[in-house]
Amino acid sequence: MINSILLAESLPVQTWTYILVGITFTLYIGIAIWARAGSTKEFYVAGGGVSPLANGMATAADWMSAASFISMAGIISFAGYDGAVYLMGWTGGYVLLALLLAPYLRKFGKFTVPDFIGDRYYSNTARLVGVICALLVSFTYVAGQMRGVGLVFSRFLEVDINTGVVIGMLIVLFYAVLGGMKGITYTQVAQYCVLIFAFMVPAIFISIQMTGNPIPQLGFGSELADGSGTFLLDKLDGLSTDLGFAEYTEGTKSLVDVFAITLALMVGTAGLPHVIVRFFTVKRVKDARKSAGIALFLIVILYSTAPAVAAFARTNMIETLSNQPYATVPEWFKKWETTGLITFVDKNNDGLIQYVADKNQNELVVDNDIMVLANPEIAELPNWVIALVAAGALAAALSTAAGLLLVISASVSHDLIKKIINPKISEKNELVAARLSAVVAVCVAGYFGINPPGFVAATVALAFGLAAASFFPAIILGIFYKRMNKEGAIAGMIVGIVTMLYYMLKYKLGWFDDVLPSKSEWWFGISPEGFGSVAMLLNFIVSITIMKFTPAPPQDVQDIVERIRIPSGAGEATH
Amino acid sequence: MTESKSKAYWKENIRYLYILLAVWFLVSFVAGIMLKDVLNDFKLGGFKLGFWFAQQGSMYVFVVLIFIYVRLMNKLDKKYGYDK
Repeated sequence: MINSILLAESLPVQTWTYILVGITFTLYIGIAIWARAGSTKEFYVAGGGVSPLANGMATAADWMSAASFISMAGIISFAGYDGAVYLMGWTGGYVLLALLLAPYLRKFGKFTVPDFIGDRYYSNTARLVGVICALLVSFTYVAGQMRGVGLVFSRFLEVDINTGVVIGMLIVLFYAVLGGMKGITYTQVAQYCVLIFAFMVPAIFISIQMTGNPIPQLGFGSELADGSGTFLLDKLDGLSTDLGFAEYTEGTKSLVDVFAITLALMVGTAGLPHVIVRFFTVKRVKDARKSAGIALFLIVILYSTAPAVAAFARTNMIETLSNQPYATVPEWFKKWETTGLITFVDKNNDGLIQYVADKNQNELVVDNDIMVLANPEIAELPNWVIALVAAGALAAALSTAAGLLLVISASVSHDLIKKIINPKISEKNELVAARLSAVVAVCVAGYFGINPPGFVAATVALAFGLAAASFFPAIILGIFYKRMNKEGAIAGMIVGIVTMLYYMLKYKLGWFDDVLPSKSEWWFGISPEGFGSVAMLLNFIVSITIMKFTPAPPQDVQDIVERIRIPSGAGEATH
Repeated sequence: MTESKSKAYWKENIRYLYILLAVWFLVSFVAGIMLKDVLNDFKLGGFKLGFWFAQQGSMYVFVVLIFIYVRLMNKLDKKYGYDK
């Protein structure tokens, strides 16, 4: 009823998309002009006076990327239970961040993660290893974001993908270069509002349609609205097994692999420089703890909705398409077929769509990303909702890209130029260097967005594995183990990240063999996505072993450790 | 004196961390992964319990854990006069 009223009054999707994307982009640019950075401190940590709520919102937007917004629900939709690795992995990391890292790093009070590594391990070698790890992690991550921006533009505004990437680059360039961390923080606050609204509206509509319950998290566990008295998940389990798939609530990955992937994602989350650095922007240690809680709360709103959307979408898709004649498929099917994201090959020439687990008989291939992007169309929601999803996806991709670019520029201008190459550089010149490195970083990211290397699909998993294998142990040991010295930490980081890279290249990308090694060759049955856990353990073991045979850190460093454990007197971030 | 004070503060902090991280591990790795099949014999509305922990429950507990930590630490800071 409400639907039809809204539909009757609505403009075409295309017009709605231009309006909503136009409004949100104007907003972001307006905020950037208002929040220009005038000093390096404003550029790196937004002046250090961000409120816990604003920082929580900014962290949530920073964190939720194109992958969270566009791809995650779709991945869960096809993976069923196994999708939980992303849900637990990408939220559980915040518990580690809040309890083990954020308060202490805030008390330490510097600008970047390599700053901590370099000072705590009293060595520019350690700092350099930190810079390299930060750049590796951030570049692998940002390429995927720019690609996401390009995809959304091309699908909703019907421009070329590359034009989309360039438009996205220009927007990010404008507010990241002008505003630095200060501009990024307040645009991210706005972007959080846009993306959460855009994600929740269609989810609520669909939950009401399918189960009559407006709260997707509850609708997910409710009976279907068709009066059959069957629970949605029981129905979906039945549909899945009928088609030869595993039960939706069971999954197919081995227990050890689910465990390893979840752990790697959690630890990787806690070790990502663009997330950690957000906690340098608040005033006091207690604000850092609180804003981690707020951030996770805001993230879980989306993350607890995503599995509901996944189950609704999968049920909807099977019921709409399975064994239906191809000639009468809905309009959205044909539309998305032209983008190549849905493909149908009538193998047995019966004119019906066979969607089954057996690859030889299956005739339908649906891309993960469809589930969120096309869901509003599949559920026949009004045009403005469809356009809203485009604006939300752009907000998610741009906010994450901006956060990553800032880490890259700070690593170059602060950690590399100011701390290693030219310590005498003036504040003004450092700010110029920071802006220039942001420009270069945007161009490199844009290049990868336009010419995605073959490993783009693997990049997100790679970034988490690298962060887990390098930063997490070095930071934890630096805070909780006073005796940890530079020899141990440097060796641990290098062994961790090299092992992770090797495993990734060998088992994910197949660089060292003629064909990609099969699953049976994985070490301990652990996939490349989960290997970050093993590499992290290795880092811990190597660090502690080497430390036992090398001298303790100097007294002034041990005093630093004592000091960061006490929350009071957290001065503002300084050089 | 201040040294023993900061040591005592740190010790209490570490004790909180052990307890909170034990719960963190329990809801995700134990309930959501290792004991999933056992818990799936129980139902919570239309959810199998192990599946619910993996895709819903663990995330809710994570949020609550951080806020409990914030409260505990604010109290602890006050107790030791580190809240200035």
